[in-house]
This record gives sequence, structure tokens and C-alpha cells, in this order.
Amino acid sequence: MTALRQATEVVDPVPGAGAPHLPQQPDLVQLLSPEGERVEHPDYSLDIGDDELRALYRDLALVRRWDIEATALQRQGELGIWASLLGQEAAQVGAGRAMADGDMAFPTYREHGVAWTRGVDPLQVMGLFRGVDSGGWDPLALGFNLYTIVIGAQCLHATGYAMGVQRDGAESAVLAFLGDGATSQGEVNEAMIFAASFSAPVVFFCQNNQYAISVPLERQSKVPLFQRAAGFGFPGVRVDGNDVLAVLAVTRAALAAAREGQGPTFIEAFTYRMGAHTTSDDPTRYRLASELEEWKLRDPIARLKAHLSRSGIADAAFFDSVDAEGDELAARIRSGTVDMPDPDPAGMFDHVYEEQTPTLAAQRAEFVEYHASFEGGEH
Amino acid sequence: MSTETLTIGKALNLGLRRAMEDDAKVVLMGEDIGKLGGVFRITDGLQKDFGEDRVVDTPLAEAGILGTAVGLAMRGYRPVCEIQFDGFVFPAYNQIVTQVAKIHARSKGKLKMPIVIRIPFGGGIGAVEHHSESPEAYFAHTPGLKVVAVSNPVDAYWGIQQAIAHPDPIVFLEPKRRYWEKASVDTDATPGPLFSSRVVRGGDDVTVLAYGPMVKTALQAAEAAAEEGRSLEVIDLRTVSPLDLDPVFESVRRTGRCIVVHEAAVTLGIGAEIAARVTETCFHSLEAPVLRVGGYDTPYPPSKLEEEYLPDLDRVLDAVDRSMEF
Repeated sequence: MTALRQATEVVDPVPGAGAPHLPQQPDLVQLLSPEGERVEHPDYSLDIGDDELRALYRDLALVRRWDIEATALQRQGELGIWASLLGQEAAQVGAGRAMADGDMAFPTYREHGVAWTRGVDPLQVMGLFRGVDSGGWDPLALGFNLYTIVIGAQCLHATGYAMGVQRDGAESAVLAFLGDGATSQGEVNEAMIFAASFSAPVVFFCQNNQYAISVPLERQSKVPLFQRAAGFGFPGVRVDGNDVLAVLAVTRAALAAAREGQGPTFIEAFTYRMGAHTTSDDPTRYRLASELEEWKLRDPIARLKAHLSRSGIADAAFFDSVDAEGDELAARIRSGTVDMPDPDPAGMFDHVYEEQTPTLAAQRAEFVEYHASFEGGEH
Repeated sequence: MSTETLTIGKALNLGLRRAMEDDAKVVLMGEDIGKLGGVFRITDGLQKDFGEDRVVDTPLAEAGILGTAVGLAMRGYRPVCEIQFDGFVFPAYNQIVTQVAKIHARSKGKLKMPIVIRIPFGGGIGAVEHHSESPEAYFAHTPGLKVVAVSNPVDAYWGIQQAIAHPDPIVFLEPKRRYWEKASVDTDATPGPLFSSRVVRGGDDVTVLAYGPMVKTALQAAEAAAEEGRSLEVIDLRTVSPLDLDPVFESVRRTGRCIVVHEAAVTLGIGAEIAARVTETCFHSLEAPVLRVGGYDTPYPPSKLEEEYLPDLDRVLDAVDRSMEF
């Protein structure tokens, strides 16, 4: 089926669109229907080969497998906490795969799917949630910053980095991740102002997963989030965040525009956090099970799988092999997490500064001496 | 040798100019720092000579300035952020404390944060609310930051260059009411280390510690005390974090008496930390408790009252009397 949608046409492209939090969405960019059918969009096309489609499926499936294993490991006491990305795989993989070499991503703490696409070892993400460190990967080498936990703070870093890219005369773009709740933060608004004023090559990628922990979107915004961009003076696009192809196409276009000097774009990836905010959260206190059931019908992985199967791009053997690879990945994540050594206690003193101060060096020495005083004794 | 008579303000301007000449990655950011040259004219003429990409008139948003500075630093730049007045740093406080200060540790040193945050600080200029504050303790209490407070044109000229060249983030406090104080600056000299205190007047009876605008007050007090036959040793701390206290300990072991002077409120201020450290290290040398002379635990008052709030020569001398008579 090919359906050309007019921007002004009021349509209901997804089931359950009349339910709470699922408004009519005439502006939603979609290239793959929830039933797995390719649809066309007047502004966004995607020329994509079968290999790439299968690779996207593999990304989605492996990222979900990792997420499930991480949730289980937290329940078993191996992680302090886990922030699940369940339901947001397509938004993250689509955005991550839209990036080119030299591009830089600034994630929140939930961007495991983007981390995957940038080549971060899942165990380094696990280390953060286990409490071993704050994420051991090299942000500049991978083009993927460390997770930023203060809501929205990274949007300014992304904008500043993009201002640096501009000064370098480099043809790179920056992708700033944020959630729907973050759009209320002053710093996010300041980031969009700086980005607009300096025409910085940064794309704001907002995963609207409908909730900021328990608080629904209506408390953050009285207008659809993508419409906010107009107030800052740059384009805003709403994309079906559960459609990996649409996310890929929209993000690619926005990053290309940024690289070409056309300045920022705001992308609202309309999606749903199918799990809890984190493993410490209980979503049954603030949302109905029926809502979750509706969103399950739009599952980002099921829809790509349906498309691949129906169009003959992938067969059962392919899906089985991805499942097997997922189990191997999960086993590696499990053993790697459980076997992860605790950090050296004195190490906490070592990177506070590039040039350590005498005061801190003295504290470190006292600390080491204090611990050494227990050696051989009971403590 | 090239020696010029410079005000603190002009010394900072020349120091910034030299830093920008020395390193093309140095970028100045702030409100009104371009065409206007800053409300105190510290960046006067720099945008004209270095261009709008290196002397950036930012939108009016302090968190935005610091947050984008973080990104620029990640990209290899050395941002020098001007906060227009001390009381306006708080919108940026989140970025400074949760990001600027912690990113080096968070990344185990993979990300460097060579950011200088210039803040004209302190009172005495007859200003309205938020224009006369001394926020140094907030920053000195934050691991990951270093805090420098200059008191004179020589330190201003060299200190700003050393701070910009330093790999860690530095809150660089400028004594705004002393911006117009003059001194001879040898611009070819070899400067001493940035994070060091310095004895600026020798004495035997009481050790008086100060930094930033209070150094001049302490020296005036020493002058007046000398007329009464009392000999004050004055130490310019120059750096608030890390504190360089070895010269202080050496001095207190001789005098047995120590007074710390700052404009900031005394409770849990820099003086409290110094009192603890001096007591821990020089306990048996002390003839009197370490005394603090500082602002009161009130919001900075309306300007008609600021002379009552700020430490002055008489309050320092009163503390000297109390120490001597203990």
C-alpha cells in the first residue's frame, strides 16, 4: 500500500489514536505502518537495501535482548538500577544509525540503543548501572558522550560542541538526545536559543515516551512538542518513534541539513516507554494497563519483523540466527557483569583534576594509609 | 624589560589579549563582552581584533554560557566565560557544579575541562542587590573546581593567562571595586606559580590572611597597626582552592596569632576552613584562637549599609586587639 498523506489531512495512522495520550496525528512522519507495510511520505523517502533492513532488525532485537537481560540482572541484585529502553528501540537505533563518522551524540541515561550503534561495549554501560564507574567508554573516540543524568544538561553541551564544529570548519553534526520531560528545563530552552542564534549544526532528538517518570506529557506542554521549534526559529518534525525507517530518514535529513549549514532541527520521536522509568519505579500507580496494551500493537520490532517476513527479505532462519546471537550477547553481558571487578578504592581520588591538588594528594595518602592499617587484621 | 603601569582592569584586558594570541583555541564568551567590551570593559577591543567567533556576545543566559562552554571544551577549545556580576552566576550554578566540575572525574580524565569562569566579585561599589556578592565558598566546596582570587594588577595580568593555560576548570574572581587600582607590571617577567599564597608584608605579632579586595584592607590595617607599635604579617592567599597554607603555617608558628579576612559571610566560609587547618597544624603555637573578620550572615545589604557590612580597617584592628588580648 502506498498512501500519500497531506500534512493538513487529519488521519489516524495508528490504532488506538483516540486513547489518552494518543492524539490525532496528522503530522506524524511514518514509512512503516504498525502492520509492517511500507508507506510513502512526501517529504521523507528512504532508499534502503535488504542488507541494511536486516541489520536494523538485528540492532533492534539485540538491543532489546540486552535490555531484558539488564532488567533481570538488576532484579537479581547485580545492578544497582536499570533504566529500560523497552519500546524505544526504533527511535534510538534509527537515530544512531542516521549518524555519520565524525558526528557526535550527547545521550541521556537511557540511550542504550544509540550506544549500541556507536560501538559502545554494553558492559561499559552495565558498569555504570552496577556502580563500578560512570561509563568507561571514550566519548570522543566513539562519537558518543558519557551518559548525562541531570535532565537536559547535555543539550547545552551538544550545542557548544556544535559551535566548536562550526569553528573548526568541519562537516559534522551533533545529535542531542532528550526526553519529553526535559523540554520543560530552562537549560534545554537555552540550548535551543543558542543553537538557533549561532545556527549551530545540532539536531535535538526528543523521544517523547509520554511520561517523565509518572507525569504525563500534558503537564510539560500544551502544544505538541515538535511545534515548539517554530518559536525558536528552526524546523520541528514529529516522527513515528516506533518506526525505525521513518526515524532513520528524518534524522538523516536533519543531520545532513545541519552539516550543510542550515542550522538546527527539533525531532519529536513519538514513542512509548513500555517499561518502568527505572527498575525502582512502579508504573501501575500512574497509568492504565490498557494503554500499554494499545502500544504493544505498535511494537517497533514486531512491525519491522512483519515487513521483513511479508516482503521475503528475511526468513525464519535469519530470525533464528538473530535470536541465537541475542542469547550469546545476553550470556556475555551476564557473565561480564557478574564478574566485573570492584574498582580500586583509591581510584576515586585520581581524576578529580587533571593536575591533582596537594590537598587532595594528602587526602589520598591518608586514605591509603588508613586502609593499609587494617591489613592482616579484622575489619 | 617592559614595565607598564596598569590598573587591574587593564591588566586583565592585556592578559586576555596575550592568552588569545598565544592559543587560537581560546574563546571568550559572555554577555556584552563584544562591541561593548563588557560592563567593566575588561574585554575592551578584543572582539574588534579577534573577531566574533573568538569573542562571543552570547544570548542572555548564564547556564547557556557555561553549558556551551562545556561542549566547546570537549571539542578542544579553551572557553573563558565572563559572568557579568557575582550574583548572576547562580543560573549557571547547575552547569558549573554538576557538569564543569565533574566531567573530568566522570570520564576518568578522557574529557578535559579547561574552562575559566571570570567573575567580578565583592561589594563596595554602591550597587543594587546581586551585584556585590562573594560566592567563593560555594565553588571552593565543590571538588573538581579550583578558585583563584587576585588582588593586584600583577597577579591579574599573569593569573588570567595562567588560569587559561591550566587544564582544570577555574573560577577566577576579580575584585571589582579594585579594578581601577594601579601598579607597575613587568610584562616580560617570569610569573610565580598560580596556586600559591604570598607574604605581602612581613610582621611578628599577628598573621592576617586575605584575598581579592580584602588584601588592600589588610595592608591598610597593617599600616595603621604599625603606628600603634604592632607588627602585622599580611599574606595574600591568592588562591582559595586549593589553599596554599604552608606559608601561613610558617607564619603562625612565629606569630602565634591568626586572623582571616574576607567579605563573604563568616559562617562556613573560607575562614572557617582555614581556622580548622591552622588549628590542626599549628595547635601548639597558637596564643589565641584563629579569628574571622567577614560579612555577617545576612543577605548582602542595600548599599547604604554596605560599609557596615564589609570588613574594614577598623574591624581588622579590632580583631587584632582581641587576638593580642586573649
